[in-house]
Amino acid sequence: MKDGGQADAVELRGVVKRYGAVTALKETSFAIRDNEFFTLLGPSGCGKTTLLRMIAGFEEASAGEIRLYGEDIAALPPNLRPVNTVFQQYALFPHMNVAENVAFGMRMKKVPKPEIERRVAEALALVKLEDFAARRPSQLSGGQQQRVALARALAPGPKVLLLDEPLSALDLKLRQAMRVELKEMQRKSGIAFVFVTHDQEEALTMSDRIAVMSAGEVRQIGDAQKIYEEPADRFVADFIGETNLLEVEVARTGPEGAAIRLAGAEFIAAPRADVKAGEKTVASIRPERITLVAPAGGLTGVLERLVYLGTDWAATIRLDDGRQITARAQNAHGQKLPVGPGERATILIDEGAPRLLPR
Amino acid sequence: MARRNDVRRYPGFLGITLFCLVVLYAPLVVVAVYSFNASPSITLWGGFSFRWYEEVFFGLEAEKFKRAAWNSVTIALMAGGAATVIATAAALGMVRAGRFRGKGASFALLSLPIMAPEIVTAVATLIFFSLIGLTLGYGSILLAHIVFCIPFAYLPIAARLEGIEGAFDEAAQDLYATRWEAFRFILLPLLAPGIVSGFLLAFIISLDDFIITNFVKGAGVETLPTAIFGAVKQGIKPDIMALSTLMLGISIVLVTISYFVGKAGSTRR
Ligand SMILES: Nc1ncnc2c1ncn2[C@@H]1O[C@H](COP(=O)(O)OP(=O)(O)OP(=O)(O)O)[C@@H](O)[C@H]1O
Ligand SMILES: [Mg+2]
Repeated sequence: MKDGGQADAVELRGVVKRYGAVTALKETSFAIRDNEFFTLLGPSGCGKTTLLRMIAGFEEASAGEIRLYGEDIAALPPNLRPVNTVFQQYALFPHMNVAENVAFGMRMKKVPKPEIERRVAEALALVKLEDFAARRPSQLSGGQQQRVALARALAPGPKVLLLDEPLSALDLKLRQAMRVELKEMQRKSGIAFVFVTHDQEEALTMSDRIAVMSAGEVRQIGDAQKIYEEPADRFVADFIGETNLLEVEVARTGPEGAAIRLAGAEFIAAPRADVKAGEKTVASIRPERITLVAPAGGLTGVLERLVYLGTDWAATIRLDDGRQITARAQNAHGQKLPVGPGERATILIDEGAPRLLPR
Repeated sequence: MARRNDVRRYPGFLGITLFCLVVLYAPLVVVAVYSFNASPSITLWGGFSFRWYEEVFFGLEAEKFKRAAWNSVTIALMAGGAATVIATAAALGMVRAGRFRGKGASFALLSLPIMAPEIVTAVATLIFFSLIGLTLGYGSILLAHIVFCIPFAYLPIAARLEGIEGAFDEAAQDLYATRWEAFRFILLPLLAPGIVSGFLLAFIISLDDFIITNFVKGAGVETLPTAIFGAVKQGIKPDIMALSTLMLGISIVLVTISYFVGKAGSTRR
């Protein structure tokens, strides 16, 4: 419950899922807010689908409670839960045309015919498929089928929409366009979307909040900026974007940050309450927060490799103590890097950029 | 390159093919042709006539054949129907159960009876019936037919099922359909071609069955195949050829329908 007494869209309390000896989801508690685009992000097999299917009602939780706007739905079968799903392979009914597919949920809910017709038209307009009402799913492109699946799930007016990797079957261009459309649809529909993906870019571009999962566990929940810039642990730091994970020693601590020692040089890391001077720990440093300059003392190394990526240069540097780090330099203003491959360089790190992680 | 391996270029291909076709179909063709023979000889052609067909329907033994045909058709209808219902339920269980251990084994177990020698099934069924004290007759034939028809009905339904992911069932339930509605509106229409084709197959198998029927029929009750066999034992007469040709025709028509129904459904998806 939030302060105003308004219930969360979905609330999980100590939910566990076991398949025999396998624990697909370890004890998990979190809430998905009303009207939010919430993403479950994690590598294959981490339990995203399992979690989603428990909310939909296809799997029973081994322990814990699932609440939908405050109501415990654990005992309800899928057809009695006011939640709809967009399936990964869409699962459009092949023997029905587009309009019949979209109408199906309302037909089962015994919505009056004229209203069904009106809402089917509305839903098809929302996904821009008005002209395709009479087609069979097999006569549609992948992107169009995807939109029918969306219209079919939205038309009955669910309280929460669940989406299991709905974009994974589309090609890159279409996927990027659909990200924008999906976000737009969530805003228009005013309901919570729970979106499953293993694609971090997808998660970062669409979500209000993201739950990063690994091995049946939610590691961190936060908005895109939070999980990128303040990763809670090594897994999150590594999984979201690119990073350098380096063993460092804490030199001093203070309110403005901790001074860390890396191969003899000192840098300022973001503040963290629970580290003490002298402690060895792991720091995550994003490549774009690292700058290479002509050799001038400090942290030095040899530029081993330079890869041109269009918008960026990716540089691999071998530090004098043998460790490797990567840096990104923007390919802006037609500038060249001040050092070339094989040359020595000094490595600068933005103040406050290193994040100290629990070991 | 592919052409060099073309089986049609192997020496003797044409000869072997023709030989096989002749061995397979010549007897059937002979029976069909001689059923229109005007002479009562089964080896000499005496001109074209329908007299043996008249003999089948109106001759001395017509009453016996009609009763046998009636038994055959009603048993085939009921056994095919019951087997189809059971096979559909089994198929449905397979979808709804999702992944489970022993799914492959269950599938194999269901279709195994097709491979078992029929004479073994026949003897086993007879022993079983006498063990439980079942009186042999129309009922025992029906029961045996239902049982051995199940795998035949199940095969086309299961083949159909391959293309229907569990996701359809889940999608329907997600969209507020009860389990019954999900079956009625989604799975049943999708399975329908398989069900029709399974029923037709079971119907023909039942209609044509001789060995098992002969074991469990008891005295006095005949189906067409057992009646024909009984008649042949007293010497082959041309009216048996006419009757056989009729049965062959019905079988061909039903198998063809079954094939096309199954096929039409699969291309429409
Ligand atoms: N029915 C089941 N029986 C046994 N184990 C299962 C079952 N369903 C899922 N699992 C296991 O639970 C774990 C989580 O599976 P889940 O499908 O939720 O992963 P996921 O995060 O959705 O992965 P992906 O990105 O590949 O879809 C996996 O280890 C999987 O093998
Ligand atoms: Mg999944």
